[in-house]
Amino acid sequence: MNSILLQAFIFLIFASIRSATPLVFAGLGGLFSERSGIINIALEGLMLAGAFTAAVVTYQTGNPFVGLLAGAIAGGGLALVYAFACIYFQADQVVAGMAINFLMAGLPALISGAIYDSSGSTPQIDKLDQLPNYFNNISFASILAFITVPICWYILYKTPFGLRLRATGENPAAADAAGVNVIRLRYTAVVISGILAAIGGAYLSIGQSSLFTRNMTAGRGFIALAALILAKWRPVPVLLACLFFGFTEGLTIVLPSLPFFKLSSGEDIPIQFIQIIPYVLTIIVLAGFIGLSRAPKALGIPYRKES
Amino acid sequence: MKILNEIFWPLVAVLAAFVVGGIIILAIGDNPFNAFGLLLSNSFGSAKDFGWTLFYATPLIFTGLAVAVAFRCGLLNIGAEGQLYVAAFATAWVGIKFGGTIVNGESWAWTSLPWFVLVPLCCLAAVVVGGIWGGIPGVLKAKFGSHEVINTIMLNFIGIALVSYFTQYHYKIPGDPILETANIGEAAHIPQLNQYLPFIPHDVPLNLSFLLAILMCILVYVFLWKTKWGYELRAVGQNPFAAEYGGISPKKQIVLAMTISGGLAGMVAIGEVLGNRHNYYDAFSADWGFWGIAVALLGRNHPLGVFIAAIFFGVLMRGQIFVDAFTPRVSKDLGQVLQAIIILFVACLQIYALNRRQKAAI
Repeated sequence: MNSILLQAFIFLIFASIRSATPLVFAGLGGLFSERSGIINIALEGLMLAGAFTAAVVTYQTGNPFVGLLAGAIAGGGLALVYAFACIYFQADQVVAGMAINFLMAGLPALISGAIYDSSGSTPQIDKLDQLPNYFNNISFASILAFITVPICWYILYKTPFGLRLRATGENPAAADAAGVNVIRLRYTAVVISGILAAIGGAYLSIGQSSLFTRNMTAGRGFIALAALILAKWRPVPVLLACLFFGFTEGLTIVLPSLPFFKLSSGEDIPIQFIQIIPYVLTIIVLAGFIGLSRAPKALGIPYRKES
Repeated sequence: MKILNEIFWPLVAVLAAFVVGGIIILAIGDNPFNAFGLLLSNSFGSAKDFGWTLFYATPLIFTGLAVAVAFRCGLLNIGAEGQLYVAAFATAWVGIKFGGTIVNGESWAWTSLPWFVLVPLCCLAAVVVGGIWGGIPGVLKAKFGSHEVINTIMLNFIGIALVSYFTQYHYKIPGDPILETANIGEAAHIPQLNQYLPFIPHDVPLNLSFLLAILMCILVYVFLWKTKWGYELRAVGQNPFAAEYGGISPKKQIVLAMTISGGLAGMVAIGEVLGNRHNYYDAFSADWGFWGIAVALLGRNHPLGVFIAAIFFGVLMRGQIFVDAFTPRVSKDLGQVLQAIIILFVACLQIYALNRRQKAAI
């Protein structure tokens, strides 16, 4: 019994890290955007853009790193469209963000339907062409995620760009008066956000699995947003919050394999009750912790320069 | 002039979306004129085509109204999809339990009620359960301040999983390969419209719920603009701080708006379960809850606008099937893409619509 538990525990830790990986990228992406004052409900769509592009390019070139790069570029490009809507047109950021999500619910299927004659998914990538794993099945992307966190921390707190970013999210008028180009800074922040979220999405299609399927992010963009709120918009806590949500997803994989995790009748617990664990915990955590959290002051407010 | 302004910008958004959509179709190697021709001609070509368009528009009217009511209170309800799923299951459940359903010679029902009790009871189940599922994120927002967008998305996943569980483990006919419940009792069926209106072709499954949808457009209009509650709800949507200063409780209005919104989304179940499929079928919704967002935005959150926009998106939903079948490369996801681009353009052009109105006011 004990050895089974120990095995399950070790497995759970690795499963948590794997599940947390896409969340960390998306969460850090959201961090840049939201610290600059732009709400990023579009994380889900940006992840899908990365996942789809990475799957297609990896399939065509046979090189997952080229695929990852292409996915990141696609995410950045789509984020630019989103930034243009939010900054130039001053569109409602939540509505524009949902539009990006809806676009990515359809556009990948439209494209893959045209080029592969299959709108449900892209063709399978060869096992050898997936993102490589190192020590005991830790993906290249997971390692990259752990490296990205301190880099983001450094950028945010130790560079002039980070200082301006934080100032813009709190008080854009003051930042503007101090000589910060608020508009350009917000564009930069949103594009960085898109690149990071897309890398997270790419991991799903060329790391964790070997093809793109429709809506394969399954709400992870929104869970990353919840993690960001839980982390009070700070990079290191984002990692911890994402590990927590990754853990909840890991539970959905590990719990059904435990011999004693059964109904009293001895049957398996219905899969639906296990699937909903991350979603239920997201709601609970959000309700419990949001009161302690304070969003960047200018979040969601378009900036109009005084003339 | 005001009406012209209300119509002009949505029209610009639609046209711009078709231009971008056309470019995308060109890019994937197909003919946009052919695709758009198929999209539109199969929706208006004949009485039958138009009847089908209205059939597709019916759930969109309900979800469009649902999203619009929430929008008027400053909330984005992305949970209409989950709300209509739980409502549909609840409706089917009442239809089975009180409708005398017999499966393989064994009665699954508690009783068999006459239609004039059973149909209202089923409708009540749809509205109440949809309302509860919509009210939960309302309460969460009012009590804890957690964002309704994240919560409604999470509740979509939870709701759809739960009803899938109940269907699979408790209400599926043993041996049925499809994830669907047993059929509801016949007393719970609502009539097809062609029984009363002979000019509707008999193969168009348009049912009584279409008239209910029209009625709800009127009722939502009356509620929002002719009642105190509606006024307070809109006041919170325009400026929660000013509303609170004026003695209106934003928290109460948020819960109210989300509950009504969920109830309206739940009404989709009336047409689908009582009027069309006569059971709960897993994955019965063609993302109607999400399309409702586009319907509400394009309809400028006004019931009349919602009605017109729902018919427009009904055209897309009907037409995309033909685009899928009769073009070499374009799949039916074209509708989803156009819908998303329309939302994006409506959001972007909002500022022009508002600026123009402000100028007109001066």
